[in-house]
Amino acid sequence: MNIDPRDLILDVRRLKMRFGGLIAVDDLSFGARRGEITALIGPNGAGKTTVFNCITGFYRPSEGELHLTHPDGDKFRLERLRDFKIAYRARVARTFQNIRLFAGMTALENLLVAQHNILMSASGFTLLGLISWPGYLKAEHDAIEKARFWLDRVGLLGRADDPAGALAYGQQRRLEIARALCASPVLLCLDEPAAGLNPREASELNKLLLSIRSETGISILLIEHHMRVVMEISDHVVVLDYGKKIADGSPAEIHKNPKVIAAYLGVPEEEVAL
Amino acid sequence: MTAPDEVKKSGLLSRSGLGRALKDAGLAALVSFGLFSLMLGLLSQSGPTGALILTTRPLLLFVAVSLVFIGRLIIALLAQNRTAFDFRNQFPSETGNLIKKLGHLVGPVLLLFALATPFLFYSNRYLLDLGILVLTYVMLGWGLNIVVGLAGLLDLGYVAFYAVGAYSYALLAQNFGFSFWICLPLAGILAAFWGILLGFPVLRLRGDYLAIVTLAFGEIIRIVLINWASFTGGPNGISGIPRPSFFGIPFTDTPQGFAATFGLEFTPVHRIVFLYYVILALALLTNFVTLRLRRLPIGRAWEALREDEIACRSLGINTTNTKLTAFAMGAMFGGFAGSFFATRQGFISPESFVFMESALVLAIVVLGGMGSQLGVAIAALAMVGGFEFFRQFEQFRMLVFGSAMVLIMVWRPRGLVATRTPSVFLKNKKIIPAAIVKQARR
Repeated sequence: MNIDPRDLILDVRRLKMRFGGLIAVDDLSFGARRGEITALIGPNGAGKTTVFNCITGFYRPSEGELHLTHPDGDKFRLERLRDFKIAYRARVARTFQNIRLFAGMTALENLLVAQHNILMSASGFTLLGLISWPGYLKAEHDAIEKARFWLDRVGLLGRADDPAGALAYGQQRRLEIARALCASPVLLCLDEPAAGLNPREASELNKLLLSIRSETGISILLIEHHMRVVMEISDHVVVLDYGKKIADGSPAEIHKNPKVIAAYLGVPEEEVAL
Repeated sequence: MTAPDEVKKSGLLSRSGLGRALKDAGLAALVSFGLFSLMLGLLSQSGPTGALILTTRPLLLFVAVSLVFIGRLIIALLAQNRTAFDFRNQFPSETGNLIKKLGHLVGPVLLLFALATPFLFYSNRYLLDLGILVLTYVMLGWGLNIVVGLAGLLDLGYVAFYAVGAYSYALLAQNFGFSFWICLPLAGILAAFWGILLGFPVLRLRGDYLAIVTLAFGEIIRIVLINWASFTGGPNGISGIPRPSFFGIPFTDTPQGFAATFGLEFTPVHRIVFLYYVILALALLTNFVTLRLRRLPIGRAWEALREDEIACRSLGINTTNTKLTAFAMGAMFGGFAGSFFATRQGFISPESFVFMESALVLAIVVLGGMGSQLGVAIAALAMVGGFEFFRQFEQFRMLVFGSAMVLIMVWRPRGLVATRTPSVFLKNKKIIPAAIVKQARR
């Protein structure tokens, strides 16, 4: 596929990740375009989550470059930034395959923690906050309003004051997405957001992701096993197998690609359409 | 022997509860037989010629094994009926609400009591001293609570910062003649500085590893204090540390003294009461700052760190700095308490800063419920006060102390007050049950 590099929000170039003798990701190059939903798919153990961990700084890539370009033109080299700086400066937010919420804190508190850095500087690194500086109180009020907005969007406004650990599984998934969105990302990385959701919840998730894309312009990169989610919402699909890219294209192209069917799905084409 | 018989019998009855209990007890008896047969059943004594004589004591062995069997049987039977015995399930909701309402009163009542203590027990020097001791531990508990309860970092070397605070005051006062009120913030700053210094290398570690390294740090500080005799006075400690003054007015029997200035008759109790209020104020300051910080972004980040460090990093929180601030903040309050300790005692030596102190403060935090201010205060009162109460029983003191801790850990494994109050809410504040809230060790 030919992509104009200026449209790319994330440009992965020759990414390689080695764990001792094991090469988890091998010479992977792909791009995610601005304002699109890019899906990263592949069989179990294909290296999808490793790619995510490289992008979000949890792993340092053995080789390769990760270029992130903000809409305003700021450029970042993700492989050179530490994990929290990727979230804070490069504004890449992520969710986790096994949900990682702050279980003992309320849904609202979870979303406020996501706005930590803004609130931290508003509170004058705690000193102004201690004396209830008006500027800090306003920033806190804004943060709560932002949290309220996203809670409403994911349908959890009624559960704002409940501890995250007490929410149902599907609600926890949505809360994690809302938390990532509260961090004001330019690129949102979702690691299997539909895992464990029932069909109704999965289609609600689709609607949510599509509306995030169209309303906020946030680009989304997602790992997904649910073919239905991938085929319905993604604009661009990258297929991995054994750490290598085997296909790259629109859902319709991927869906017809014999290599993908053989490697990833291993099933007849009709079932792919599910 | 009874044990194998019981095991066999239990095979037949295994479906019933009694059968299971018997099997359980039989197994326990078998294990105890294995242990006691050598420890109790055989006794080696040196005979008249100097050779060892082996005597067997079957009766003693039988008694010991039977005791284990019966005890285990009772425990096993009780455990089966636990739901029936569990008083928590038997509280009707109205009683529960009443207890909750009374619970809200405990804090203010304790505070009023603490404020009134010097007047209530004005003539009882012993109780006033005990009050000061309890409040010192309340303050230490609240300080450590920031590190352990909020940020979830298990710190076994908290006494190090207490020592740094105490020695800072003692040395600054002796070498430069600074007064208590100048030294107090300096001691806090120095302790916080040491907290950061320690924090940098060790905060990459988590859980048990962090606990062991902090334990070592506590010991290192103590050993340096012992061996650096030219600076710290070594094992002899530092004596003649200046007593605090009432903002410049000393508590002495002179025309310039506190009593004469305020037209009172001189009595040493004035100084004690003053010390009592100083430590009360310091403890309340610790509490106020902690409660305040909890509602600020830094406090929320500490709690988030306790809940899930990886998620914190994915949200752009600099976890190293966040941990360091928690460490420094806890250390600072430890330093304040240490400098108060030095001025109260007038003499300090490394012996006051042994591991036992760290363990006691940590026990107060764990028993009180990590993260709960009220729980920590009650636990400090119970532990330090209880310790004094049992002083007359000498060697049984530790036994009672140990069993009390075991009992509390069985009944309330997450401490006295283990629930968490949200720092912010949209509509109504809901108390978060203890089971969901993470604890320091994972």
